[in-house]
Amino acid sequence: MGLAKRIIPCLDVTDGRVVKGVNFVSLRDAGDPVEIARRYDEQGADELTFLDITASSDNRGLILHIIEEVAAQVFIPLTVGGGVRAVDDVRRLLNAGADKVGINTSAVTNPQLVADASARFGAQCIVVAIDAKQVSAPGEPLRWHVFTHGGRRDTGLDAVAWAKKMEQMGAGEILLTSMDRDGTKIGFNLDLTRAVADAVGIPVIASGGVGNLDHLVDGILKGRADAVLAASIFHYGEYSVEQAKRYMAEHGIEVRL
Amino acid sequence: MSHIAVVDYGMGNLRSVAKALEHVAPEARIRVTSDAGEIAQADRVVFPGVGAMPDCIRELDARGLRGALIEAARAKPFLGICLGMQALFESSEEGHAAGLGVLPGKVRLFPAAAMHDAQGQRLKVPHIGWNEVNQTAPHPLWQGIPSGSRFYFVHSYYVEPGAAGLAAATTSYPFAFACAVASNNIFAVQFHPEKSQAAGLRLLANFVAWDGTTRV
Repeated sequence: MGLAKRIIPCLDVTDGRVVKGVNFVSLRDAGDPVEIARRYDEQGADELTFLDITASSDNRGLILHIIEEVAAQVFIPLTVGGGVRAVDDVRRLLNAGADKVGINTSAVTNPQLVADASARFGAQCIVVAIDAKQVSAPGEPLRWHVFTHGGRRDTGLDAVAWAKKMEQMGAGEILLTSMDRDGTKIGFNLDLTRAVADAVGIPVIASGGVGNLDHLVDGILKGRADAVLAASIFHYGEYSVEQAKRYMAEHGIEVRL
Repeated sequence: MSHIAVVDYGMGNLRSVAKALEHVAPEARIRVTSDAGEIAQADRVVFPGVGAMPDCIRELDARGLRGALIEAARAKPFLGICLGMQALFESSEEGHAAGLGVLPGKVRLFPAAAMHDAQGQRLKVPHIGWNEVNQTAPHPLWQGIPSGSRFYFVHSYYVEPGAAGLAAATTSYPFAFACAVASNNIFAVQFHPEKSQAAGLRLLANFVAWDGTTRV
C-alpha cells in the first residue's frame, strides 16, 4: 500500500458562482462554490480545484473571498487557477488559503513566471495547466497542441514537449485538459494523458471528458494519470465522490476511503 | 486560554494552518506572527511553511526569528510542519542550505533512481497526495488516530534523522522515510495536518491539548 490516486472535483467559478461549460462554451449554473466545496469534502474528495473563469476584471477579487471562505471550512488541499499573471497573484492566492496555484496562459506568454513562482514558493505549489487539442489528421502519428485564452488560441506548441519544458521550469504538477473532450462526457483522451504522464517525472492530473466512473478508472489504469479531475458528473449529482472512489477501489486502484 | 503562535516568515499557507487551529481550538488565542517577542510569550508554537529551504532560512533570519525559534523548540510544545519540519534539521540538499540544527539529521531529495514501485512503474516527484502514516512510536499526538491513517503530503525532499529513535512514523514512497519525528517537546511532520481532513484536525487538536512530554 502506498500513495493513493486522487479524485479531484473541479469547480469553474465565474462572478462568484460555479458554472460548467461544454467545449469551453455555453455555461450552465451549478451553484454556490462554498456549499459545493463543503459537499465534496464530506464525500471524501482528495482535493478541490477552482478555476476562476471570471471575464470581467471588476469581479476578479471575488475568487479570493471564496477561497478564504472555503479554506475556513474545508481542510483538504485547494488548487486555484485562472488569471494568474504575476508572482504577486500567486502570493495572494496562497495567502487566501490556496495550497497550489494553477498557471495556464501566462506560462505560455511568460514561462519565466513559472520559474520565478516555483523558486519563490516551491515547485510543489505550482501547477501548470495545459489545454491540449489534437492537431494530427486521421492516420497521422498523434500530435496535440497547447491552446490558450480559454481554448481559443493555438500556440503551435507541442503539448508533450511543453509539459516537459514546464517540468524543467519548475512546475510541480501538470493539469492536463483535453479540449476535444472537455464537457463531452465520452471519457479522457487516454492517448494524450499517457503521452504526457510517461514523458514527465511530476504528477499528471487528467481532465476533460469524464461521463461515467469507468472513465475515471481508465484515466488511471490506461492513461497512467496520478489523479483524475471531473466536474459535471459530480455537480449534477449523477455520482458522489465516494461512489467514484469505491468503484475505483473495486478496480484495483488504491484510493483513500 | 492557550496562546498559540503560528510563525509567519513569508512562506506560504499560514492562513490554512491558523484556520485549522481555530477550527479545533475556538477558545485558544491563535496568532500568526513574525514577532520574536510574541513567539517567546506563546504557550505553544507552530512552525509551518512550504517552499524552498534556502529561502526559508533567509526569511527567518531577515525577521530575526532564528533565536526565538531555537529557544521555543527547547522549551514549549512545538509543532513543525513540512518545511517547518525540515528546517529543524542540520542541513538540506535543497540549495545546500544549513538548517537550524535543532535536531540531528539531513534533508534529502527523493533519489530519481529509486523512484519506482514494485511493478516497475515510475513514481512521481513531488510526492503529492494521501499516503499512509505508519506510527513507529506511541505519542500523545497520535491519540485517536489509527496507525496507517492517510495524511496529505506534498514535498520533494524528506528528512533522514541522524539519531535512532527520532522517528515517530514512517511512510513508504517507495522506501520508508521518517514522516514524523518526536523529541521531548518537539513534534514535527512532513505531511500537512491542516490539509488532512479528520485525521489532520485530530492531530492538531491533540497538539493543542499536549503537555509537551512524550508520555502517552
